[in-house]
Amino acid sequence: MSEPIGITLIFIGVLFDLLGCIGLIRLPDVYNRLQAATKTVTLGTCLILTGVAVASGTVTIQIKAMLALALVLIASPTAAHALARGAYSLGVKLWEKSVVDRYGEDLGKEGEDEAA
Amino acid sequence: MRWAWAFVLSFGFWLLLTWPPGWQELSVGLVAAVVATTFFGRMLRLKTVRRLFDPRRYFWAICYVLVLIYRIFVANLDVAYRVLHPEMPIKPGIVKVKTVLQNEVAKTVLANSITLTPGTLSVDITDDGYLYVHWINVRAMQEEEASSYIVGRFESLLRRIFE
Repeated sequence: MSEPIGITLIFIGVLFDLLGCIGLIRLPDVYNRLQAATKTVTLGTCLILTGVAVASGTVTIQIKAMLALALVLIASPTAAHALARGAYSLGVKLWEKSVVDRYGEDLGKEGEDEAA
Repeated sequence: MRWAWAFVLSFGFWLLLTWPPGWQELSVGLVAAVVATTFFGRMLRLKTVRRLFDPRRYFWAICYVLVLIYRIFVANLDVAYRVLHPEMPIKPGIVKVKTVLQNEVAKTVLANSITLTPGTLSVDITDDGYLYVHWINVRAMQEEEASSYIVGRFESLLRRIFE
């Protein structure tokens, strides 16, 4: 009985991963792409792991799946954060239609202070 | 004491990951736990370990995880909408928000949660408690307003768990 539920969960997870890939292609700049990639891949992977846990029915596999899930939940946004910050400090520009950039303004201010 | 705790926690985690244990798993795990303890043991604070045994914090942590799961689902539907919409309704920008949280772990969890909530992605954090957040659909450019949108709903729960 639990196997169809597990497979459905895995299917939904793959579907979200696919949406993330579409976002990766369609969105305009690094930061927007990271947004799509991080959120969908986190939920997609978590759903796949939950599906594995539900479908397998073995306690050891379930514990491992849940540990992997917790690690993904911590590591994935951390990696996105590191990538976004790294991209910005290497000078990757925001999309030209972006409406505001407080980060750039504040970094610019610090630069001026140092120059003065 | 700190080193002993670091070793017990990392070795216990390894055991859960490789269950059921045989001599191969145990010996590799022993080496891995010693290496992990040597390099990262000094980061572990005994205060953090003591908090592991406080049931009230677990209650709030469970509430927090439930809220987070809900928000992750909303975030994914939000991404799906923006990505599949033919005109791609986005209005991106980086805003600055302030957090009242002091604890380092709490700030880390807050930044990660912001990344997983609809439309926002943490870019940087300063020592005096400001976060720079990339927002896919900017609704408020001022600091106070943006703060209440982005960090407001997490702060009170996180403070109960970590501070």
